[in-house]
Amino acid sequence: MGTWELYSTKVIPALNQGLWLSVLIIVPSAVLGVAIGVLAGAGRAAGPVWLRTLLDLYVSAFRGTPLVVQLTMWYYGLPGVSRWLGSILGPLGLPEFSWRFLVLSPYAASVTAFTLCSGAYQSEYIRGAILSIRRGQFLAAESLGFSRAQTFWHITAPVAIRRALHGCGNEIIYLIKYSSLALIVTIRELTGQSKMLASFYFRPLECYLLTALYYLALVSLATFFLGWLERRLRIPGLGPARAEK
Amino acid sequence: MTDPSVYGTPAPPGGDPPILEVSHVSKTLGGRLILDDVSLSLWKGQLKVLIGPSGGGKSTLLKCIHFLTIPDGGDVFLQGQSAREMGQRNICAFRQEIGMIFQDFNLFDHLTARENVAIALRKVKRVPRDKARARAMEELDKVGLADKADLYPAQLSGGQKQRVSIARAMAMEPKLMLLDEPTSALDPQLISEVLSVIADLARGGMTMLMVTHQIGFARHLTSEIIFMEDGRVVEQGPPGVLLDEGAASRTSFFCSHLTELTGR
Ligand SMILES: Nc1ncnc2c1ncn2[C@@H]1O[C@H](COP(=O)(O)OP(=O)(O)OP(=O)(O)O)[C@@H](O)[C@H]1O
Ligand SMILES: [Mg+2]
Repeated sequence: MGTWELYSTKVIPALNQGLWLSVLIIVPSAVLGVAIGVLAGAGRAAGPVWLRTLLDLYVSAFRGTPLVVQLTMWYYGLPGVSRWLGSILGPLGLPEFSWRFLVLSPYAASVTAFTLCSGAYQSEYIRGAILSIRRGQFLAAESLGFSRAQTFWHITAPVAIRRALHGCGNEIIYLIKYSSLALIVTIRELTGQSKMLASFYFRPLECYLLTALYYLALVSLATFFLGWLERRLRIPGLGPARAEK
Repeated sequence: MTDPSVYGTPAPPGGDPPILEVSHVSKTLGGRLILDDVSLSLWKGQLKVLIGPSGGGKSTLLKCIHFLTIPDGGDVFLQGQSAREMGQRNICAFRQEIGMIFQDFNLFDHLTARENVAIALRKVKRVPRDKARARAMEELDKVGLADKADLYPAQLSGGQKQRVSIARAMAMEPKLMLLDEPTSALDPQLISEVLSVIADLARGGMTMLMVTHQIGFARHLTSEIIFMEDGRVVEQGPPGVLLDEGAASRTSFFCSHLTELTGR
């Protein structure tokens, strides 16, 4: 088999398969991560004290421990908890799914781990953005009769999202790359696939280089999308005049 | 009544109940008594001016009237409706009825002038989008800014921002407007454009309570000056009496020093 043929019929299709799996992990994790970040960030910036404490605890747990450890716990750790729960709930006559749901598939474990970790970081950007909004904006909204929820959705969130956009975008770009950790829970996404190809065909340099290019393409795509979003959400009259060109 | 340029009357004609009644409001902030048993009333169409030294509690009083800050004691009645009895849930309905103009405008930075005016109509009053936008244009037109409707706050001058904020408050058809030093963040040449909009509102019969140090303006438009110091209403009465040359009032003493300091 010629080199060209090897790549076009074996390596590239296998990498494409890995790429697809990666995308399937990244997109939901990014979307859910941002959603959790917005809610947790809002709760931490303006929620009641008990909620703030709870969410601070969540963030310190997920920012304070390595993602590998978290992912391993979700996939390899939870089945133990499930068995223990089963030994209690089983004799009580409860249906099996009341403890079986804790046994996650590799895919579910990855998305859970990445979403929760990403959400913890995102919430920090959102919180900072909310805290930087002038008090007068809230006073004006309240004086017009906005309820707290209306103020949040129509005033706080649109401004906070704009200010947090750059941090949140950065976090999504990190996520694209740390999604490769899914290989430790047996998922053959992009990195997992290339690891296997590299050892199977004894071509580590080429395989990893190609993989790097794939990631670069993904990140470029995300960067392009974020740039488009930034331009769309731009508020005329803010920032240096040149930025409007 | 004798001078048609004076809006409102000190006494209620025919014993009508006041639109606004502030009753024994007190407020402690940071361990200090900021408002000490403040009471005042406004009747329909009146414009009353609140003046007094910095830190006297004027801004705090306006916020308490709006229940943006909840007073510790006392109550506020709008057309007889007690704000305290509205409770947390309905206080938004109470606030809708009162417009507030801030010293630093507080326009929503992420919305155009038109959207700034329309958003509360759409989200709070549930007016359909097109109608709200048309209404917003009407209000902007009244303050002379129809041609600036699509600009963002960062693209407007201070005077224009304040006029948009007046349009935003007026679009909600409030029963009462509270104005907290609406011109004190403006350059002298921009002050008159805002004051003339406020004078238009007064002529249109809007009930207003305004904090201002524009004594000349106040003297011409108001029927009553309320002088506040250290959280208390010290004096109130018609400008002719309080500001008279040689009147031995706290107000005239304060205002003469104000003129000395600012040259206005
Ligand atoms: N949140 C707060 N916590 C503690 N003290 C406050 C707070 N808000 C206002 N104060 C104090 O209340 C006093 C009255 O403030 P207020 O802003 O009502 O005065 P003002 O009459 O509007 O003054 P100015 O003419 O300078 O605007 C001031 O001494 C101020 O320091
Ligand atoms: Mg003030």
